Amino acid sequence: MRLKSLVPVIYILFLMLPIYWLVAMSFKTTNEILAGFSLFPQTWTLANYIEIFTDPTWYWGYINSIIYVTMNTVISVLVALPAAYAFSRYSFVGDKHLFFWLLTNRMAPAAVFALPFFQLYSAVGLFDTHLAVALAHCLFNIPLAVWILEGFMSGVPKELDETAYVDGYSFPRFFATIFLPAIKSGVGVAAFFCFMFSWVEMLLSKTLTAVEAKPIAAVMTRTASSAGYELGLLAAAGTLTIIPGAIVIYFVRNYIAKGFALGRV
Amino acid sequence: MKTQNQRAWLFVTPVLLLVAFNALIPMMTVVNYSVQETFGNNLFFWQGLDWFEQVLRSERFHNALGRQFLFTFLILIIEVPLGIAIALAMPKQGPWVPFCLVTMALPMLIPWNVVGAMWNIFTLPDIGLLGYFMNHTLGISYDMTQNPFAAWVTIIVMDVWHWTSLVVLLAYAGLVSIPNAYYQAAEIDGASNWAVFRFIQLPKMKTVLTIAILLRFMDSFNIYTEPFVLTGGGPGNSTTLLSIDLVKIALGQFDLGPAAAMSLIYFAITLLASWLFYTLMTKNDNKS
Repeated sequence: MRLKSLVPVIYILFLMLPIYWLVAMSFKTTNEILAGFSLFPQTWTLANYIEIFTDPTWYWGYINSIIYVTMNTVISVLVALPAAYAFSRYSFVGDKHLFFWLLTNRMAPAAVFALPFFQLYSAVGLFDTHLAVALAHCLFNIPLAVWILEGFMSGVPKELDETAYVDGYSFPRFFATIFLPAIKSGVGVAAFFCFMFSWVEMLLSKTLTAVEAKPIAAVMTRTASSAGYELGLLAAAGTLTIIPGAIVIYFVRNYIAKGFALGRV
Repeated sequence: MKTQNQRAWLFVTPVLLLVAFNALIPMMTVVNYSVQETFGNNLFFWQGLDWFEQVLRSERFHNALGRQFLFTFLILIIEVPLGIAIALAMPKQGPWVPFCLVTMALPMLIPWNVVGAMWNIFTLPDIGLLGYFMNHTLGISYDMTQNPFAAWVTIIVMDVWHWTSLVVLLAYAGLVSIPNAYYQAAEIDGASNWAVFRFIQLPKMKTVLTIAILLRFMDSFNIYTEPFVLTGGGPGNSTTLLSIDLVKIALGQFDLGPAAAMSLIYFAITLLASWLFYTLMTKNDNKS
């Protein structure tokens, strides 16, 4: 029994090791990193972080990422809400096929879309804008949001809708004042997952931007390739990308599994 | 029973338009390229199905596909049993549960290129924690950039690190939904641990495990950023998985025809997997 309780502890240690190394590296000076191995930073330095917060290319990378991730989350959840309602409450011609087609887009390899997306968004004049990345990420985030919301909505009894109509509520008023509060955890989870998958994705966001809307991921690859010795800076930048995820995850901790199961636990 | 209502189409129109813009137009571009040859200057010539034949016969594609299946197979047989074992060992309730869930989910929220960069720093032979430990403490020669086997072990361990928590979270969600009465009944019957697992816990986890396995199958099949940042597909071509090869051909060499044909073949495989996923999911939905 004692042995059993050690399993999660060992697993969490294994998860934390590479993260610890990244964080430790970010507080080391370049000299110390190149001089050889040290388990803890010998001379603590904030130089790497100061450079990131004072260099516009660096901190704009974060701002750009946050802008398109937020735009994407808002768009995805807003358009997914009515669609999920339709899927959970009505049956209509082609509903199953449509649902399946949406799912195929969640499963599509991003690599397949990289080049056509570049051409499409250049053609409509959106290349290198936040909107381009936000719209491109809709490809996999809208299907995800629809699936999660549909799962949560199907858990709300239909009697709620019917009672509201009998009481004389119009549909928009019912949806906004009764239905939405009933599925608010579902909306939170859907928003969280849209945020997450837009935040971690790099191939498309890098392909669709050049200067103006360059995401933090692309700024990091530039540093990695042009100056191989700037490991401390790279580590600091990486550490900062973990923070937003760590904050939002706390709010949905009890629903993570339900979200991954597309609302079906 | 759901209401028949064709006006529901109004509700799904915004989704339809946005996803169609992102999915259908690029797909048409790909189909166009896949049957034509171009020499630049926007000159295109009809090529028929030659590209498909070329891709399907090319050794390079076979190798990338083979590596892709090997990678997906290996991470599945490691992550699924490991995830179930960890979920079984987790406490059912108590103050540690939220802490465990949050820390376990953390790797999944790290941008994929950072995951690659982090493992790169972690495994550097002389200054990385793992690299130093292997080379200097254990005395095992370990250098990912030189040795294909080491590169493979590293990308597998990286993926296990990154995604096992998905299996853990889903399996755990299935486990906590089992009423205590089931366990009490098993105890009265004198059931062994194995019998409890085989006849109570496993059946209850069936739905969530199906989801976990299929999600892991699909996401690992589409993996690009993490191995690309970590190994760049090397040493040589030893870790060039399907997506990495595709991006090399499409954006690196600008061989649009073969890249498009390869994209469609790739997409057909994931489509088949999606169909399987959908069929299994809806079967489960209907039962419950």
